[in-house]
Amino acid sequence: MRLKYVLSEVLVGLWRNVTMTIAMIITMAVSLTMLGVSGLVYSKVGDMKDLYYKNIQVSIFLDGQVTEQQRTDLQAKLDSDPLVKDVIYVNKDEAYKRFQEMFQDAPDLLSAVKADSLPESFRLTLVNPEQYKDIYNQYKDTAGVDEIVDQSRLLDKIFDLFTAAQNIALVAAIAMAVAALLLVANTIQVAAYSKRREVAVMKLVGASNWFIQAPFVLEAVVAGLVGSVLGLVALVGLKFFLFDGSLSALQGLFSPVSWGDIFLMFPVMAAVGGLVSAITGWVTLRFYLRV
Amino acid sequence: MTKTYPKASRPSLDNVSVSIEKGEFVFFIGPSGSGKSTIIKLLLHEVTPNRGRVIVNSKDVTSMRSWKRPHFRRSIGCVFQDFRLLPNRTAYENVAFALEVIGKTKAVARRVVPEVLELVGLGGKEHRYPHELSGGEQQRVAVARAFVNRPLILLADEPTGNLDPDTSIEIMRLLDRINRTGTTVVMVTHDSNIVNQMRRRVIEIESGRIVRDQARGVYG
Repeated sequence: MRLKYVLSEVLVGLWRNVTMTIAMIITMAVSLTMLGVSGLVYSKVGDMKDLYYKNIQVSIFLDGQVTEQQRTDLQAKLDSDPLVKDVIYVNKDEAYKRFQEMFQDAPDLLSAVKADSLPESFRLTLVNPEQYKDIYNQYKDTAGVDEIVDQSRLLDKIFDLFTAAQNIALVAAIAMAVAALLLVANTIQVAAYSKRREVAVMKLVGASNWFIQAPFVLEAVVAGLVGSVLGLVALVGLKFFLFDGSLSALQGLFSPVSWGDIFLMFPVMAAVGGLVSAITGWVTLRFYLRV
Repeated sequence: MTKTYPKASRPSLDNVSVSIEKGEFVFFIGPSGSGKSTIIKLLLHEVTPNRGRVIVNSKDVTSMRSWKRPHFRRSIGCVFQDFRLLPNRTAYENVAFALEVIGKTKAVARRVVPEVLELVGLGGKEHRYPHELSGGEQQRVAVARAFVNRPLILLADEPTGNLDPDTSIEIMRLLDRINRTGTTVVMVTHDSNIVNQMRRRVIEIESGRIVRDQARGVYG
């Protein structure tokens, strides 16, 4: 009976103040979507770091006048270096072949570059990709070495970009969460005001505090949960239209966002949405209702 | 026991000591602002005294934690000058509301509410809304609501303040009948007619002090 009373009060409360309820749900939904995006980026960046760093290579480009002797010496040195896991020698022909593959869509560029103009190189896989600096210092002055390029430098820049995107999503999530919080506080004040007579009588006859507060707090929680469901819908939409849609060309570059990833975000979003609403509601009531 | 409100220049109640026995009928009288209503608030644990203790049903209310207050209030019924009924509920629903929000089932309400409405003389008017009832009838609903839970104490804060003399007397008869069931009745009033007719214990307060405490007293 009491549960039925509380639930019907919740529905009546949400409906009585329907414009505010909608505003509350929308801000919650946007905030939680941002939170979800931020979480997805975070987990994807982790995956991608593992994936990319495993295959990362340091390229040692040789200059055009390198002698046979210099090359053999360098190869021997690299082979015995404990920092180096694997060494591949790429001669001019192979370099040109790779170049052709990479730029097969740009015939103008291909015709402008002769096989001869591409430098030979050693491609190193490091035991620990972070020891690039040591390799660089060790070989930069070796005879016949033109340039040492570390792919991880490039990757770091890309990952910095991802981290920035993740931070922006997080900041947006927090900003929207503050707005949602204020809306929840306001909605509950309005609800408490419109039910002030009932509340006064309940206090007078000795209704327990939770019984007086529960309908208000649950109103906020319901709004928070509906918001998280909408946030999930938004993430599903994002995957459908963005990751699988316009960004699908980049699939080789990014590790794919699976449906599992998205549905795993839902419990987090629901928990955050529900808890934030409940705590805000409860705190507001403590100030406003003084039960 | 002393109660000073914040920002007040003098205490609302200054070194007041009163003992009321179970089953008594007591009037608190005095001019506006004398501190009568503060007594009601103290008994309800709505405010706590700055000094001294408030003991209700041999429980020290002064040190009671606020989370225990709801349960404590179930042993006290309350009636006010402005009735405090819910306008969108019928007489029956107003009384049943008081039961349901403290966890009584609808079945209990169905058994008890008609009984108590009959007791206050509203038999047959259960399904009227407050605006369809006269002032006296509304106050009867309020009394029914206060009494339905069979409290040990009934507090009445100027219950006849909004009523004409004849209706007031009817309400007083009702309170008297409730008192005869063993319920302690504490009533704050400045209605001299009523005090003089009832001839019960009268405690007069002036500027926060007790100036008279008289069994079978008159308004003075």
